[in-house]
Amino acid sequence: MSTQKIWRERIGRYRLIGQKCKGCGKVLFPKRLICPECGGRDFDEEQMPDVGKIVTYTTVYVGPKFLELDTPYIIAVIEFNNGVSVTTQVVDVDPKEVSTGKEVKLVYRKLQAEGKTGVIAYGYKAQLV
Amino acid sequence: MREVGIIGAGLTRFKEHWDSSLRDLFVEAALKAIDDAEAPEIDSMYVGCMSSGLFVEQEHIGPLLADYLGLKNVPTVRVESACASGALALRLGFMEIASGMSDIVLVSGVEKMTDCDDPTSVLAAAADIENEAFFGATFPALYALIARAHMDRYGTTREQLAAVSVKNHKNGAKNPDAQFQREVSLETVLNSFMVADPLTLLQCSPITDGAAALILVPLDMAKKMKDRVVKITGSGVASDTIALHSRKDITSLEAVRLAGERAYKMAGRKPEDIDVCEVHDCFSIAELIVVEELGFVEKGNSGRFIEEGNTEIGGRIPVNTSGGLKAKGHPVGASGIAQVIEIYKQLIGNAEERQVKDARIGMAQNMGGTGASSVVHIMEVAE
Repeated sequence: MSTQKIWRERIGRYRLIGQKCKGCGKVLFPKRLICPECGGRDFDEEQMPDVGKIVTYTTVYVGPKFLELDTPYIIAVIEFNNGVSVTTQVVDVDPKEVSTGKEVKLVYRKLQAEGKTGVIAYGYKAQLV
Repeated sequence: MREVGIIGAGLTRFKEHWDSSLRDLFVEAALKAIDDAEAPEIDSMYVGCMSSGLFVEQEHIGPLLADYLGLKNVPTVRVESACASGALALRLGFMEIASGMSDIVLVSGVEKMTDCDDPTSVLAAAADIENEAFFGATFPALYALIARAHMDRYGTTREQLAAVSVKNHKNGAKNPDAQFQREVSLETVLNSFMVADPLTLLQCSPITDGAAALILVPLDMAKKMKDRVVKITGSGVASDTIALHSRKDITSLEAVRLAGERAYKMAGRKPEDIDVCEVHDCFSIAELIVVEELGFVEKGNSGRFIEEGNTEIGGRIPVNTSGGLKAKGHPVGASGIAQVIEIYKQLIGNAEERQVKDARIGMAQNMGGTGASSVVHIMEVAE
């Protein structure tokens, strides 16, 4: 895990701040240098909503090393009403309760940690509303 | 542009090769291809490899592998596009010959996956590390997200997904180079343990070591060297967003559709012209969507299409006669070349028990990540 990378991602992961293209109005998250829709390079900062809905989801039984002890866990694509989608975990829920179209709220959680004493990376996960 | 022919192919057995290193595997496949082609010399070499750095902690493998193959001072390029690295290496070799810059080019792919203790994390590097993998999305998870969306929208069933694996294992049982040479029943596929719902273990391609190589030459030269020559008539590549969640439609693989259209256009062919096809079935759902994107069946109807046997050997369009990535194995960087080798064998009539009758035109579709890159080639028997 790279501390530098975690630090660079802080604005999106910690504060849910993205951007809105001044050219075409497309909302982007996390931030980029060029709008993939119109090629625009000028943006205003844009706060993401913290509520969205599940587009698709899966229960993961075989995880990467850093999540070995957390299986099974749920991964979902979550879409906001501004057109932005993100991929993250749905937490604090019985997998049977999760289904397509359900509303979720983003919450601030630990994503990964570097051993027992190293850096902790935080970010957003989702809870059913 | 010069026409390009294939005159030789070489493949290692696909399996867990505990006794062989990355370089051993590459040299074995490359030597087989050179011997098969009776190639007098090699002008240039391409090697597709997804992640020698993370799998075996070695980069700079172009010169390394050329050195170990005994090709002194040859120009060499390592090509990376995740699991589509192999077919992209072929594409670059094809372009080099078509352009007239070289005459005899070795194109290859290799992956040594079992030296590494966390291959799941290495493979996740083909997704968006910062915005997918970092949050816990594995590759099976991402394809499970696609599968769930396809099931929700089109009514595709778990049984239809599992039917892909049953068919591919049936073909793999006839392939002496395959990792798994045994048939499996629908019940076995469905009851194997869940990796990422709805994808069970037997719907996920395995961790495999292996290498594959082809020798390409200008078609005129090929015809002088060999009685039976296969020419590459179409080559299409396309890319898409790296993150699955950025796509307009999660049930589509636009890069596959576009790469296919580009290859069809170059070859002057249509889906109906294809006699045999190898597709990138890294997960069962991938094969279903790819046959839709390549135009073999309407969008959303692939589940039924496969269940009805249309993609079996002897069916309307045999798909993955080699056993596919699922049964043949998936050493990621090598798979794209191995797919083309299967089509090459089919077209020269060397596919043994798997032979598709009168196969004249074949296609191979290779894909990186969740479809962020795709490469499609069309090959035909040269008259």
